[in-house]
Order: sequence, then C-alpha cells, then structure tokens
Amino acid sequence: MFNHILSLLIWLPIVGAIPVLLAGSARPMLARSLALLITIVTFVASLWLLRYDPNGPVMQLAETHVWIATWGVHFTLAVDGISVALILMTTFVGILVIGGAWKVIQNRPHQYMACMLVLEGLLIGVFCATDALVFYAFFEAVLIPMYILIGMWGGPRRVYATLKLFIYTFTGSVFMLIALLYLYQKAHTFDLATLAALPLTMKEQTWLFFGFLIAFAIKVPMVPVHTWLPDAHVEAPTGGSVWLAAVMLKIGTYGMLRFILPITPDAGAHFAWIVIVLSLVAIVYIGYVALVQPDMKKLVAYSSVAHMGFVTLGIFMAFMLVRDSGNIEMASLGLQGALVQMISHGFVAGAMFTCIGVMYDRTHTRQISDYGGVINMMPWFGFFYVLFAMANTGLPGTSGFVGEFMVILASFSASPWIAIFCAFTLIIGAGYTLWLVKRVLWGPVTTEHVKHMSPLNGRETWVLVGFAVGVLAIGVWPQPLVHLMDSSVAHLVQQLAVHKI
Amino acid sequence: MPILNDILTLLPELYLVVAVCLILLLDAFMKPAQRPQLHWIAIVVLLVAIYLVIAGQPDQSVTAFNGMFVRDHLAEILKVFALGITATVFVYARPYLIDRGMLGGEFYTLMIFAVLGVMVMVSAGNLVTVYLGLALLSLSSYALVALNRDAKLPPEAAIKYFVLSALASGMLLYGMSMVYGASGMGGTPTLDLAQLHNVMAYTTAPKLLLFGLIFMLVGIGFELGVAPFHMWLPDVYHGAPTPMTTFIAAVSKLAAFGLAWRLLETGMGDLTRYWQPMLAALATASLMIGNLVAIVQTNFKRMMAYSTISHMGYVLLGLSAATPEGYAAGLFYVITYALMGLAAFGVMLALTRAGFECEEITDFKGLNQKAPWTAFLMLLAMFSLAGVPPLFGFWAKVLVLEAAIHANMLWLAIVGIVAAFIGLYYYLYVIKVMYFDEPDEGTVVAVKADLSLRVVLSVNGLALLALGLYWGPLLGWCQRAFGV
Repeated sequence: MFNHILSLLIWLPIVGAIPVLLAGSARPMLARSLALLITIVTFVASLWLLRYDPNGPVMQLAETHVWIATWGVHFTLAVDGISVALILMTTFVGILVIGGAWKVIQNRPHQYMACMLVLEGLLIGVFCATDALVFYAFFEAVLIPMYILIGMWGGPRRVYATLKLFIYTFTGSVFMLIALLYLYQKAHTFDLATLAALPLTMKEQTWLFFGFLIAFAIKVPMVPVHTWLPDAHVEAPTGGSVWLAAVMLKIGTYGMLRFILPITPDAGAHFAWIVIVLSLVAIVYIGYVALVQPDMKKLVAYSSVAHMGFVTLGIFMAFMLVRDSGNIEMASLGLQGALVQMISHGFVAGAMFTCIGVMYDRTHTRQISDYGGVINMMPWFGFFYVLFAMANTGLPGTSGFVGEFMVILASFSASPWIAIFCAFTLIIGAGYTLWLVKRVLWGPVTTEHVKHMSPLNGRETWVLVGFAVGVLAIGVWPQPLVHLMDSSVAHLVQQLAVHKI
Repeated sequence: MPILNDILTLLPELYLVVAVCLILLLDAFMKPAQRPQLHWIAIVVLLVAIYLVIAGQPDQSVTAFNGMFVRDHLAEILKVFALGITATVFVYARPYLIDRGMLGGEFYTLMIFAVLGVMVMVSAGNLVTVYLGLALLSLSSYALVALNRDAKLPPEAAIKYFVLSALASGMLLYGMSMVYGASGMGGTPTLDLAQLHNVMAYTTAPKLLLFGLIFMLVGIGFELGVAPFHMWLPDVYHGAPTPMTTFIAAVSKLAAFGLAWRLLETGMGDLTRYWQPMLAALATASLMIGNLVAIVQTNFKRMMAYSTISHMGYVLLGLSAATPEGYAAGLFYVITYALMGLAAFGVMLALTRAGFECEEITDFKGLNQKAPWTAFLMLLAMFSLAGVPPLFGFWAKVLVLEAAIHANMLWLAIVGIVAAFIGLYYYLYVIKVMYFDEPDEGTVVAVKADLSLRVVLSVNGLALLALGLYWGPLLGWCQRAFGV
C-alpha cells in the first residue's frame, strides 16, 4: 500500500466523494461527517510523506503505471521536498475547509462536500505528477469542481465570476498545451525529467517560455492578468475562497518551478526581467489597490496578488542571481523564500478568508463600513483576526515574515532597487491590513450588524486554531520546512543554471 | 467458389437486408398491440449485426466483387460504432416515440436501412459503391426527418435537407464523373478507388482531375457539415424529431468520416498536396463559424448543430494532416464526438415528455435540483464537448492537435486552440443553467422512468469519464485501422 501512497492520496478524496454524494440531501449530517472523516484519513495518510529523505535522491516515492502505451504516456507520480510541503498543506487545509463549511452550507451540502473532496484530490494530483500530460490533466480538471463551487454556492454575481475564472484560466492553459505538444514532437515523451534534459534552441525556448508563462501567470495570478481573482474571491463561498487562495494559486507558481525553470532556463534567464517587473508592480501597485477596497474579501484578494508577487519575484530573481553574478547561495535563498512564502500564504490567506467567512455568516455583509467594534462582541475572534493580520503584514514570529525576509534579502544581492521596491510591501501591507483591523475590530459598536454578532463557537475556534498553528509553527521554527525543501531547491538551481542551447 | 467468398465478406450487410425486410413484413402482419415489440426485435437485429461484423472480420483487408466492396479495420470500427449507436438511439427514442404515437415499423426499418447505407458507404471500394451507400443513407434520412409529418417543423426541415443534400450529391456525382473522365485520358477509365490513386501520374487531363477533386470535396464537406457547407445542419437538427437528430449527429458523421477517407486517401491520395490546404481552410472556417455562432443560440438543438460544425472542424484537423497518425486521430475524434453527442441528445430525450419538447437551453433550468443524476450526465457530456480534462473529449482534441503539429501545421493547431476557448462559453452556459439557476414553472418536471433508457444513458455518460481515464485501447484500435 505504501508503494502507492501518492495514488492513494489522489484517489482517496475523489472516490470518497461518491459515498458523500450518495448520502444525499436528506442526510446532510452523514454527508458532512463522511467528508470530514475522508479528509482526516487523507491527512493522516499524507503524513507518510514525511518519510521523504532530504538527503536522498530528489524525486522519491515514485510510481509508474503505463497509461497510454501507444503514446508513451505514463501515469507517473513522485514527490520532492517542495511537493511534500505543498501536499501536506493541501491535506491540512482540506480538513479546515470542511470544518469551516460545516453549518454554513445548507443548500445541498452533500454536493458541496463532494466538490471539496474532488478538488482536494485533483490538487494533490497536480503536486505529484511528474508526467507533463498527467500534470496538465490535473491542472485543468481542478477547474471543474471550482466552477461548480463558485457557481452554485457563491454570491449574487457568482455566474459572472465563475465563468470569468474558468474562461480566463482555460485560455491560458491551452497555450501551455500547445507548448507541451511541441515538446512531445521533439522528445516523444511527456516525462518531465526527459524534457528537462532536452536541448532546445533559443527561439524554441522563447516560444515555449511564453506558452508556459501565460498559463501559469494567469493561475498565480500576476499583473495584468489578475482581474479574475478579486471577482472569484468575492463571489465564492468561504470554502471556495480558502481553496482558491490557499492552494489553487500555488499551482501556478508550482508549475513555473516544474516547467519554466528546468525546460526553458535560457529563455527564462533572458526574459526574467519581465516577470520581475510584473512582480514588483504586483507588490507595489496592487498593494495600493488593496488599500482602497471597501469590500473585505476584495481587499484580501488583492493582498493575495501582492503576496504572490513575492513568490514569482523570488523564483525569477534566481535567474538573475545565478546567470549574472553566479551567486548560487543567494539564488537558493530567494527560491527558498518563495517556497516558504507559498506555504505561508496558504495558511495566512486561508485564515483571513475563514475569518471573513465567520463574520459574513453572522452579518451577511462584507463591506468594511458595515463593521466596527467587532472585538466587543467577539473577543476571541479578535485575537485570531489580529494574529492573522499580523502574519499578513509580515510580522516576525509569524510565517509571513520568513518568506518575505528571505526574498528581500536575496533581492538585495540582485539589485538594491528591487529590494527597495520589495520592502515597500512591508509598509503598504501594514497599511492596508492594519487599517482593515482598525475599521473592523476596534472602536465602539456602531452598526446594527455588529450588535447581533455572537461569539465564536467551538467548531470555528478549532478551525482558526488549526490555521494559527500553521502560521506560528512556520514563523517560529521554519527550519524543518526549509530543510525539507533544501535539496530540491539545490536541484532547481542546478537546472536553471544549465545552458541548453 | 469466389462468389461464395464474396457473399461471406458481405455477410453482415446481406444479413441486415434480410432482417430489415423481415421487420417490414412483421410490421405489416402484426396486431397493433404487438407492434411495440418491434423495438426489441430491431435492437436484437442490430446486436447480431455487430457480432457478425466482429466475428467475421479478416485480419487483412479483403475485397469483394472485384474491389467494389472493401472489408478492413476502418470499416469494422465504423460499422461497430454505427450499429451500436443506432441501437442506443432506439433505446433513447422509445419513450419519445410512444408519447408521440410514432412507434412503429417505419421508424425501425428506415433507421436500419440508413445504417445499412452507412455500412455500404464506409466499405466502398468503388465510386459507385460510395454513391450507393450515400443514397441509401440520405433517402432514409429524408423520410425519417419528416416522420412526424403532422408537426410544423419536420416537413420543412426535411425539404431543406432534401434540396440541399440533392445539390451536394449532384456536386459529388459531377466530381466523380470528372475523375472518371480524367482516368480515361491516357489510360483505362476506372471507377475503382484503389486504381484512381495513380491517375495523376498518367492522365493527360490533370486539371479535369483537380476539378473533380474539388467537386467531390464539396460533397464531402456537405456530408461532414463543415463550413461553408454547413447551412443545412442547424435547420435539420432543429426541425427533425430528436431521435433523428441524434442519429444524424452521431451515425452520419461516422459515415461521413469513412466517405472522406475513402475518397481522399484511397482515391485521391496522390493529390494530398492539393486537398490538404483545402481541408485546412475548411477546418479553420468550421472551427470559427461553428463556435462563434453557437454562442448566440438559445435552442439547444441548434447550439448542438453549431457545435457539430466546430467539432467536424477538429476532425478535419486530423484528416488534413494526411498521415496515418492524423487519420487515426480523426477517427478517434469522430467516435468521441459521436458518443458525446449521443449522451447530450440522450439527456434531452430523457427529459422530453408528451406535449413538452425539451429543446430550449432554458428548459434545463435547475435540473440539478430535480434530477441530479441526469444533470450530472449532461455535465459530463458538456465538459467533454468543451474538451476539459480528464474527460474523453479532451484527449481527442489533444490527438488531433498533435497530428496537426506533427504535419507542420502549427498555425492550424493554434486556430484549433483558439476555437476551443471560444467554444468553452456555450458549454459552460448549459452547465450554468442546469446547476446555478433555480427551476421555473413549466421546465422539466421529472426524468423518464423508462428503465432501459436510464441504464443505457448512465453507461453512455459514464463512458465519457471512463474512456477519458483510459483511452489507450480505443486509440490502439483506431491506429490499427491505419497501420500506425
């Protein structure tokens, strides 16, 4: 069984969705309990991945099944340290999402839970596929449950938002498909390790690079193709937002690590400045955009774009550092920072959206102006909210600090200018987050909405504690996480240093 | 006994002729109360025909009656799917026909004659056989479209179909006559497809041959329903009774693929460099027109018609690669499309009841609340048509795109990709209506209780998922047909 742990992790939630669906709308409690049970079992099973040996070979726990023999497509799965970290985060968040949506979703909860489970399985699949076609299938299939999730349980403009999300991301991905088919012509395989070793001319790499970049930039999302994200977040139900922010955005940056860095290193190095500029725009400009949002979810959505800017910055700065100055140490630091930021953002953004969900369930409004003095009614909630807000601003001791600090440190070696723009985020981020806290939590109770807010119940508390554990653990003691990903990052740096021409 | 061998080669077709005549007789002599039994008899007849096709399949390509008739793997695949899909259409159609008082021998005999036409057409080794099969298919189809003769739309649709189809057949015949003429200039005139392959090498009238090719291409384009020869499709889809629409959408397209391959590759394979760009142009036009016009449709059948047009564009993507891999991809695609269309129309037929034609897209409003399983099957069909992994339709798209890139037509693959995301919208819209909208008064109340329909429809829908997860064997079968 443990030879097939990765297959198990993918299929357990997906197949588990069937009994949840069969429980039907007549027995919502049964559906919920089953869903929770399945996510917990998945999480426990995923702990087996901690056996990953950071000193061993890069890819471990590999499985290969012949899938389409005539086409040379193999259903291959394997994990490196990066995948392990992301999968653990996914299975952990999976439990919290089910817990968060326990009572909130009253309309056909069995279908909601089933969607969640399918989504979880597909996301795990994205993180452990080592065949490009398998990766692509999971990468795209994620859209199906997400489409249903936002469209069925979302807000008033849900149809617009969900169609936008689907069409936007699908449009980007199909260019990647063309790139993959082109690579298949050259290599007659979709195996990522073989593709990484494939020599390609600069012209080919350039086209492939942009094919991949469009697909992943939309998923991340990067400026200027980020506009689907605020819409999707605002309209999505809380659980959908949490999945979206915590895990789905990561598959974009994860794809960059798996495709752009190893397959098109030369084009990547040549065009890294584009991505770096766009990342800085995301960090600075989108930060300002977040500042003026009247809607809490939109504010956090924009702050997500800004934070993901750090991730893309860290990834592409590695090109500059390795190629221009040969500074491998700093390049590794930048990549490490980007990865820690990915995990950290998963917890922080997930927690922020859960907090907003908790308030929304009581008041049915997301407008900041409808709040004020929430701390008077919900003191414990205030505690958690402030904690996550601090993590969002990057306060030392929380997970938000570690990644951002590493990226800024690395960017100093690349260019002080990048570091200066980067560091701006600490100010702007503090600006929009603290101002949000001030307007929502502090002060006297001013509005009718807040007067009727009840304190946190046990279930909500547990969910928030879960997020808080993640945020603090990474913030206080990031070493295990960094160690887990160390050899994988070193391998990535090697890959992007190779001249393929 | 060469004649006996010839007859054995033709056994499935001959059997079907005999069986359909018997059904005709049975229908005439049966008591009216027993006529519904014809349904089961007709299905058994088709299943036996499938058995005969598979059981008697020779390993190598075999010809009969001096090359008039070819029995090879391509013919086998197309026949098996045509017969199987027709049997499925019978299952889907039964409640519809009962509700409208149309259940009777004429439907079953005409359908079986039509599928017989398909079988002859995809096995044609000679221009005459091609036309024979086509005529049998077309004549039966006209009658079937007009079967519900008291309603308003079907006769109109039938007349449109008849007039345009007659024109297209005329073009095809005209083209064939030119090719025949060209083959006689500088050599012995021939109608045999395999011999026509070399005509370009010796004919003294190459221009005549090319004109013949172009005229034949018009006929092929019409049968496939690719732009700009697509105008009949929306009206016929809309006007025909839904079971007939299903048949035209699924089985006729299989036949059209067989026709296209026999004429273009077997017959005109030497002229690849001439017809390749023409097919590429037709593919581009179909992909764009089909997908763009489908967006504004409000009638589900019309939307599916335009969707068919775009999907036939993808089939042409595979054909225009003009390599065995490309043909295999095209064949794979056309089978995929047939199964997807079958599932989508099957859901429509399951929701239609006496006095209510489920055919506007808004008729699906809130389907998930009333019939979650049926809505789920439709969801699978729509995502599959849209080409979202891991469903069946996605892999078909990957295969034809790969074939196009392989044939150095990257631009055509990019057109295909652009069309894919234009087309995404209207499939997603159907899902939106089913899942995100609240049901209205007057929309679907319940799903047909007909057990056989529900079971077969479920199998059909889940096959789109199952084949999407494991499409290797089918691809292998398609590739064997072209010796990949």
